Amino acid sequence: MSAFDLIVIGGGLVGGAIAWGAAARGAAVVVLDEGDVAFRAARGNFGLVWVQSKGAGMPPYAHWSRRSAELWPALAARMREASGADVALEQPGGLHFCFSEAELEARADLIRRMHNESGDIGTRIVDRAELRAMVPGIGDRVAGASFCPIDGHANPLFLLRALHSALLRAGGAYRPGHGVDLITPDGGAFIVRSGAESFTAPKLVIAAGLGSRRLAPMVGLEMPVSPLRGQILVTERVKPLLHYATHILRQTAEGSVMAGDSQEDVGFDAATTVPVTRAIAARAVMTFPALAEARIVRMWGALRVMTPDGFPIYEQSARYPGAFAATCHSGVTLAAAHALDLAPSILDGALPAKFDAFKSSRFDVPARG
Amino acid sequence: MSDRLDAVVIGAGPAGLACAALLAAHGATVRLADEQAEPGGQIYRGIGRIAAEHPGMLDVLGEDYARGQAIVAAFKASGAEYRPSTLVWHVTPEREIWVSCNGRSEVWNARALVVATGAMERPVPVPGWTLPGVMTVGAVQIMLKSAALAPHARFVLAGSGPLVWLVAKQCLAAGAKPEAVLDTSTGADQLSALRHLPMALRGAGARLLFKGLAMIGAVQRSGVPVFRGVSGIRIEGAAEAESVAFRAGGSDRRIPARIVALHEGVIPAQQMTRLIGCAHVWDEGQRCFRPDVDEWGSSSVDGVLVAGDGAGIFGARAAEHAGRLAALEALRRIGRLSAKERDALARDDRRALASQRAIRRFLDRLYPPPASIRAPADEIVVCRCEEVTAGAVRDAVRQGCMGPNQAKAFLRVGMGPCQGRLCGPVVSEVIAAARGITPAEAGYYRIRPPLKPIGLGELAAVELGE
Amino acid sequence: MFRRVDEAGAVLRLEFEGEAVLAREGDSVAAALLAAGARAFRDTAISASPRGPYCMMGVCFECLVEIDGIANRQACMVPAADGMKIRRQRGAREAA
Repeated sequence: MSAFDLIVIGGGLVGGAIAWGAAARGAAVVVLDEGDVAFRAARGNFGLVWVQSKGAGMPPYAHWSRRSAELWPALAARMREASGADVALEQPGGLHFCFSEAELEARADLIRRMHNESGDIGTRIVDRAELRAMVPGIGDRVAGASFCPIDGHANPLFLLRALHSALLRAGGAYRPGHGVDLITPDGGAFIVRSGAESFTAPKLVIAAGLGSRRLAPMVGLEMPVSPLRGQILVTERVKPLLHYATHILRQTAEGSVMAGDSQEDVGFDAATTVPVTRAIAARAVMTFPALAEARIVRMWGALRVMTPDGFPIYEQSARYPGAFAATCHSGVTLAAAHALDLAPSILDGALPAKFDAFKSSRFDVPARG
Repeated sequence: MSDRLDAVVIGAGPAGLACAALLAAHGATVRLADEQAEPGGQIYRGIGRIAAEHPGMLDVLGEDYARGQAIVAAFKASGAEYRPSTLVWHVTPEREIWVSCNGRSEVWNARALVVATGAMERPVPVPGWTLPGVMTVGAVQIMLKSAALAPHARFVLAGSGPLVWLVAKQCLAAGAKPEAVLDTSTGADQLSALRHLPMALRGAGARLLFKGLAMIGAVQRSGVPVFRGVSGIRIEGAAEAESVAFRAGGSDRRIPARIVALHEGVIPAQQMTRLIGCAHVWDEGQRCFRPDVDEWGSSSVDGVLVAGDGAGIFGARAAEHAGRLAALEALRRIGRLSAKERDALARDDRRALASQRAIRRFLDRLYPPPASIRAPADEIVVCRCEEVTAGAVRDAVRQGCMGPNQAKAFLRVGMGPCQGRLCGPVVSEVIAAARGITPAEAGYYRIRPPLKPIGLGELAAVELGE
Repeated sequence: MFRRVDEAGAVLRLEFEGEAVLAREGDSVAAALLAAGARAFRDTAISASPRGPYCMMGVCFECLVEIDGIANRQACMVPAADGMKIRRQRGAREAA
């Protein structure tokens, strides 16, 4: 049996960030990951480091997202140092396009509400004229947008690779092909069985995305996560036309344009469908008419990991205090906070009060009379 | 607008043409889609134009090629609907077929789908293989067939397999003499093939063997230098191919050449069958992945059949018979034939198919792809589109990458314009070798739509009908 | 690099990188360019390495050129037509 300070179950963006954050602080960490064809939300991630609309009605989440955006440059620098990789972070600001005056007004209301709830981070409405000046080539059907100066984007696949590589350099271990069968609390520690192998540590994080639901109860936690499909299109490389991050389109550092932001509740089906991809294409062309000539080279579907209210779960098991739950659907945005804020708290052995709002007990709605 | 057809056939090579013709002969509504403007696939590429405008080329290309005329004529007379210049860019397991023609996309529905998209040349990743002037032996042949163009610079043919000798002979007949033929097959290969010689002499095999030997003899007698047991091929040049270096007979040699044609066999083109979700197996004899099909060509996906070299490499003649067998099973499936009728009608094609296949094991053993191109050295680019080396893939495996899909995420292999067509086979083998597992265990890229790039505007304009 | 085996086929006039190129009816754009002596059709987007056709059958995507203003077209899959203007593909394409 192999002994560690911390076992992280799940080698995606959440598990990867926490594992590296812990290893970088000197902990002996092992990441247990599945194989080549697991449902990997990390591979479907659009890549936004997005703050402007996060946490309406849930200020702790708004603050957590904002904190992560602040920490992101440090994460990018540490990734470059630790793995040599450039994760292509850019924080030029982000636009959320609105396609009618009504939509723009509703957006303005949302921004106002969030300022009141969580503070002003500079998000403002830009009208058609100002948008045209910011983004030449924007389509006539775009009525305006909300703009937040701290939004941005990164390359999610480079980030994932950098986290893994940095983990190994920091002395961490990575075990792919090691889906977890059973977790057994054992005194102050945990025994994790994967096939014929066992691993033990006094601390454990379940960051297994859609696989977390099954594992959480083994350590007195609840992680009611469900799949929400998003489909994404990516085009051939085109010359630079969009340098801001946006909620439906972004241009990668290589020059390809990604289009997305669909949501479908279809269970564990990561296929793409023509009706949805058609709608994504139509909206992309409406936003940037020049894109009509760009060719799609790839489409894929990925399953987001969604909690009932869409906000993360961070929780320490009351019954087994060494076990922690960590899940969210914004693995790129929150990577910095996970690595540089959550991981240290986990190593310290207790989640501070700011994480209370993220407990799964919030889903236990009292039955109506 | 969506159409409900009895059958759709994809690919206008011998398998597709024979399949569609037979379906039409039995009264099924059948539509054949092909990306090219004229029928023939690759093996009979250009047959119509060659016969009509360059009849002298029929002698150059040989009688096996000329046979394409009859196959195309039979198809055209059959009443099957023909949709050339039509790109199939998505197919669902429910047999919704998304096509693009002239910048417009539409969807077809078929009760039976026959995928006859054929084969491709196995990639040959040797040092310098990305230089302009380096192409496949098949590409040189396509120049002859599609445009009556012959090499007109120093050129070398290198690799192993019947196609090398056939194209050498065809070039000579066209007045283009290669500087050399570099045969990478070895004495050990020949010994290992001998065991399969008795089988190879059965059916059509004896005739094919004799023809092959005659072809090789003709090339040798023409005075073209032939080197055997060649290894260590490297193509040299600053911005384009200038020479090819190699090792043969214990010495290192170099031949100036501006065209270097490579060939290490053909393998099934998997893109469409993978997209649809058909199960594939690793064929150890042919050292390639192919769809798992039964004796009719039925795949693991209901109503989807595969015919011709796309189901396993057996050549053009075998493809015709396989195409007809698939048609018969499709007819049974849509209720136009009973199983008994199907079996009776299949007898001749089944016998002929076995006869055409008899030589295969022998050829596979005689001309195996060298290990050096299945799992190339570290510095060699394996993903041409994204310029990723074999070494980078091995590094990723050392960092815990378990298979080609993780490799895609780590390295962008398979994410370029060719969508993994050219690197897929090599990346799977490199990962398998690095992990000490079989290619079947390592797996293959998950293939996503669109099969070829499709305009954002074209997709946006698609009519969903219903 | 390649020469015509016979003189059959209607002559087409194309332009490659501003220079006149003669082709024949039935040629793919790739065949026409190779026959005219062109070797590299494009530079890769990553290292700007020169590339030319490899497979001639639509699999390798190395023969990408810009035809009549539209980039990323597989030259081996497009029939040559009279008056076509073809340019080398250099790196990424311009969104028109």
